[in-house]
Amino acid sequence: MDQGKHILFRHRDIANIRDLDVYLAHGGFEAFKKAVTTMTPQQVIDEVKNSGLRGRGGAGFPTGLKWSFLTKDSFPRYVVINSDESEPGTFKDREILTHNPFQFLEGAMITAYASQANTIYNYVRGEYWDVVAGLEQCVAQLYERGFLGEKLFGTEYRLDFYHHRGAGAYICGEESALLESIEGKLGQPRLKPPFPADKGLYAKPTVVNNTETVTNVPFIIQNGAAAYRQNGTEKSPGTKLFCLSGHIQKPGNVELPLGTTLRELIYTHGGGIREGKGFKAVMLSGASSVVLKVDDALLDTPLDYESVAAKGAMLGSASVIVLDETVDLSWVILKTTRFFKHESCGKCTPCREGTYWMLSILERINKGGAAKADVELLQNVASQIQNKCLCPLGEFSVTPVLASLKAFRGDFDARTTDGAPKAAPKKAAVAAGD
Amino acid sequence: MLSDKYASEITEILNRYPAERRRSAVMPLLYLAQSAYGHLSKEAIDEVGAITGVAPTDVAGVVGFYSLYHDHAAGKRRVQICTDLPCALRGADAWAAEFLARLNLKKWDETTADGEFTVEHVMCIGACDKAPCFQVQDSTGIHFHESQPDKAMTVDEAVGILEQLKGK
Repeated sequence: MDQGKHILFRHRDIANIRDLDVYLAHGGFEAFKKAVTTMTPQQVIDEVKNSGLRGRGGAGFPTGLKWSFLTKDSFPRYVVINSDESEPGTFKDREILTHNPFQFLEGAMITAYASQANTIYNYVRGEYWDVVAGLEQCVAQLYERGFLGEKLFGTEYRLDFYHHRGAGAYICGEESALLESIEGKLGQPRLKPPFPADKGLYAKPTVVNNTETVTNVPFIIQNGAAAYRQNGTEKSPGTKLFCLSGHIQKPGNVELPLGTTLRELIYTHGGGIREGKGFKAVMLSGASSVVLKVDDALLDTPLDYESVAAKGAMLGSASVIVLDETVDLSWVILKTTRFFKHESCGKCTPCREGTYWMLSILERINKGGAAKADVELLQNVASQIQNKCLCPLGEFSVTPVLASLKAFRGDFDARTTDGAPKAAPKKAAVAAGD
Repeated sequence: MLSDKYASEITEILNRYPAERRRSAVMPLLYLAQSAYGHLSKEAIDEVGAITGVAPTDVAGVVGFYSLYHDHAAGKRRVQICTDLPCALRGADAWAAEFLARLNLKKWDETTADGEFTVEHVMCIGACDKAPCFQVQDSTGIHFHESQPDKAMTVDEAVGILEQLKGK
């Protein structure tokens, strides 16, 4: 994006926007005031519906529609923000919360007004300890200045904001597990339905939104849905934060319109592949990605929800892990499986036991003591986890395994005692800059 | 007793949640107890149970489920290193091995001879663009130490950071 045009990462355009006075001087909390004093909750929901904003935590569900599902005439209601980003490859919310906290807070507060909720809980992963300390100072300032508390802007509207720290459990990024965690229980997913919009936190109607999602909301309310749609595509409007990690020249976050091609993301904004190596594979949505073999057609894919789905993958939270030509996919999958095995909450047997056995087989393959039959066994175990768990974690654990076995089977067979490494086809990786 | 020494903190924590939902305070109270005692002993778990009205068994379940709660003593500070995929792609496995060797530790979860640091292997800490990276958990919370995007943190620098923490 051009300088001065960020919608989410405005701290990159405006120095010290994390100071309340600077934020206020740049239109801060005007959208919240506009909503509370001139709009009904339904009007706010309609504006966000019209903007086409979709959930940025991974699923891409339309945000305004989600808000409209709240059970009618049932109170109190809660807004819960999911700042638990814990997927390997994801570090976007951390930058928002650290450098542009007031825009995030304002977005969450408008979300609460639209939902007719008087209480917000922001669930932040425990590792972001200092980030929460900073946010709590911001919240205290908002109470002092009358943006939080009783009778906001002279109306009857009251709003409170609290933080709840996680304590090191990836599963709490799953919304029902997150709600269990706020209730002081083990972070294990609930059976759905009922969905949170009906019975969420404390069995009350609850909106659960991702940090990045709500950070879009002040712009939409201040400038209107049409202005928001200036960026992105018809079905995936707006900008998105892309997290670049792995074998990329310039790791870090970048904000780009949805629909930007993978080629532009990697070569223009990421500086290309590190050390000028070939670009072998990419994971677009963190450790749970479908691992995609890179070719010209893939590089020309627009990164929006529909175009990525058409490639058989998911844009997810746009956590882009770059794998160069030196990478062995059997090792990559060992790493992702180790993560999911550790993070399985233990509730569903296929996930709990399946990730254990997948890891055990992958360790054998990586040590060089496996036979080709073990690779078949890995495929078999992975297939038995699929579609058999309450929440997506089990599915996530399997996705990179099955995708890699399909696209990079040679990497696995080459490590086996009877796998005939020479026969493994060595496909030419796409050269940097192509 | 927590309730004597940290009465105002406990009240502030309980006030975040509806009056009839004291169980929600279990997690923040466990952090408070861990800061106060260094780890979550059976007595600490009982205290959190008494404050919230939750059975100690259920509090202990929470302690066991979440990886940032610790039911056993360790070094004064826990140094937690990520070697998940994005970090590993930028050399975190070899980095961590060298780091352990520099501290004369043979494997994960060992404590340095002076009792200052226990080095632990953790899952992703959300700093993939700044690998290699680690966090230090101690009585003041959890604090990041990470590379710059254009310059990887050396093991020497990391050991230097720990040296500076000693005595604080």
